[in-house]
Amino acid sequence: MTRDIAVVAFAQTDVLRTTDELSEVEMLMPVLHSVLDRTGLKTADIGFTCSGSSDYLAGRAFSFTLALDGVGAWPPISESHVEMDGAWALYEAWTKLLTGDADTALVYSYGKSSPGSLRDVLTRQLDPYYVAPLWPDSVALAALQAQALIDAGDTDESALAAIGVRSRRVATLNSRAQLRGSLPQGDYVVRPLRTGDCPPVGDGAAAVILAAGARARELCSRPAWIRGIDHRIEAHALGVRDLTDSPSTRLAAERAGAFERPVDTAELHAPFSSQEVVLRKALRLDDSVRVNLSGGALAANPMMAAGLVRVGEAAARIHRGESDRALAHATSGPCLQQNLVAVLEGEPR
Amino acid sequence: MPEVLKAPLVVEFPFTRSLGPVQSAFLTGLRERVVLGVTTTDGRTLVPPVEYDPVTADDLRDLVEVGSTGTVTTWAWNHAPRRGQPLTTPFAWVLVRLDGADTALLHALDAPGPDAVHTGMRVRIRWAGERTGAITDIACFEPYDGEPAELTGSTGEFADPVGGIVAAARLDYTYSPGRAQTAYINSLVDRRTVGERCPSCRKVYVPPRGACPTCGVPTAEQVEVGPRGTVTTFCIVNIKAKNLDIEVPYVYAHIALDGADLALHARIGGIPYDQVRMGLRVEPVWTDGARYPDHYRPTGEPDADYDAYKELL
Ligand SMILES: [Zn+2]
Repeated sequence: MTRDIAVVAFAQTDVLRTTDELSEVEMLMPVLHSVLDRTGLKTADIGFTCSGSSDYLAGRAFSFTLALDGVGAWPPISESHVEMDGAWALYEAWTKLLTGDADTALVYSYGKSSPGSLRDVLTRQLDPYYVAPLWPDSVALAALQAQALIDAGDTDESALAAIGVRSRRVATLNSRAQLRGSLPQGDYVVRPLRTGDCPPVGDGAAAVILAAGARARELCSRPAWIRGIDHRIEAHALGVRDLTDSPSTRLAAERAGAFERPVDTAELHAPFSSQEVVLRKALRLDDSVRVNLSGGALAANPMMAAGLVRVGEAAARIHRGESDRALAHATSGPCLQQNLVAVLEGEPR
Repeated sequence: MPEVLKAPLVVEFPFTRSLGPVQSAFLTGLRERVVLGVTTTDGRTLVPPVEYDPVTADDLRDLVEVGSTGTVTTWAWNHAPRRGQPLTTPFAWVLVRLDGADTALLHALDAPGPDAVHTGMRVRIRWAGERTGAITDIACFEPYDGEPAELTGSTGEFADPVGGIVAAARLDYTYSPGRAQTAYINSLVDRRTVGERCPSCRKVYVPPRGACPTCGVPTAEQVEVGPRGTVTTFCIVNIKAKNLDIEVPYVYAHIALDGADLALHARIGGIPYDQVRMGLRVEPVWTDGARYPDHYRPTGEPDADYDAYKELL
């Protein structure tokens, strides 16, 4: 790596169950302005823009093009889009900055889950030949993974419940989170997962700004340097995988340098309580690491933004001097199919 | 702020998907009550079969029959089946490793309740009455405590193999266009066209989307534009779209309404298609009960100067 690249600013919306009154661009724009304001940059100053979203949430083809209005895409900007969580847009932006073609990048992502039935919408990302015709929803697939973990002795229902309780308790300190405070564990949604083991369905958006080298120091008093970032994918077929483990997360973490030195903070994108068990094991996180102080995805899981929020939350802790070395993880697909790990560091204070 | 508009939006599509040789053999096999796997170079048998090894990426083509009985490797009790799922009564989602397979297949298990299901339990396929060559030819699994099923001796060669599946999908949304477009649509009720002005560059956008794409700032100041406008560019449509009752050829045009800085598009009528031109002055034609202009027709005014609309092309 020839250039150091850092996250220099982060902004996110409140995550809400519905945002009927706002179009995607109306929901997104305040976040774009907020993240730009933090650096004093204007749209015209940004070298590269990359976004993440999904047409299946909007129910409309090319829905991201309308959101571009919020960026100020005229005169023409250098822009790209991933039909995925914004964490993968951040990966693309990071590689763009590595090439030296740009010194700054704006990365944003957003999702409005409220117009559709998210559990049904997500079935459309499954194998269309053998799986999607059965319409197994996202909770059902996570529940299969949870039962496999229970059978393996890795957790039990009360341990899972404790993860949800802890997430929502710490989320009381996160005004952006959707579910905060003590909530009942609830009934089974798909056994063994109860309401409290599942993420809330919500609408939200997030944005970060990346900058390279000296530019990062100009824009942020304590940049969150990306020491490594990598993403890996596992076999599409669930029956091929060992659902109790996440080798793709472990490999991504290894390639990102996560195991070279301990991290003090981790933001894990674990939409289901059972997935936090898998990720902690794959990432070898022990109790010395502060995990999901934001409340994580169990407190707010805006589709396509929740992974980028993990990177943003980790970076913001470094910006504020609350962390020196943080790990951020994002996932996509059923049962932790795809995983991205970034390692962020602040310079000694 | 008035209530934002909402309406049902149904997205439905029948994707026709072609099958490769392995998927075709597997799904044709299900039609014939035969389950096929594929063997990998290191000797594993993958069921359902794939055409490339998920570990080595080797080309996989060696089909092998496996049993229609198997063992549950994990499960989840679904007490409230959803639209499209295999059973309408409560059931267990299961991953089943069929006898002779090294990987597991996802499907539904018909069982009386969660207490009747456990990892490691033995199950067998319940075949659908009518089978077409699809994963749903397996109606579901059912508990089974007998001997492993005997193989049929299939080689994986079938008469009339299926070459594709139709994967029908339907998603239901409650669509809301947001604040800016709600205001636009509401103004159309009074046959008025209302755009929004950018506070920074002063351009007026119609229809408004709540943001200025040039400045990237919210727009809020409402401005009535039109009703008359100028054709900035157009095309002649010669192919009739399905379910369209407009005769071809007809003209579809960009129209810059007076006072707007962005052109709308609409059909031009009331003039032979080959006489439509850039600069033509037009006005909307409303039909009874319509929620937007049916088309635009010439006003009879002299054509607009090119300079008057060249920025809007
Ligand atoms: Zn403007």
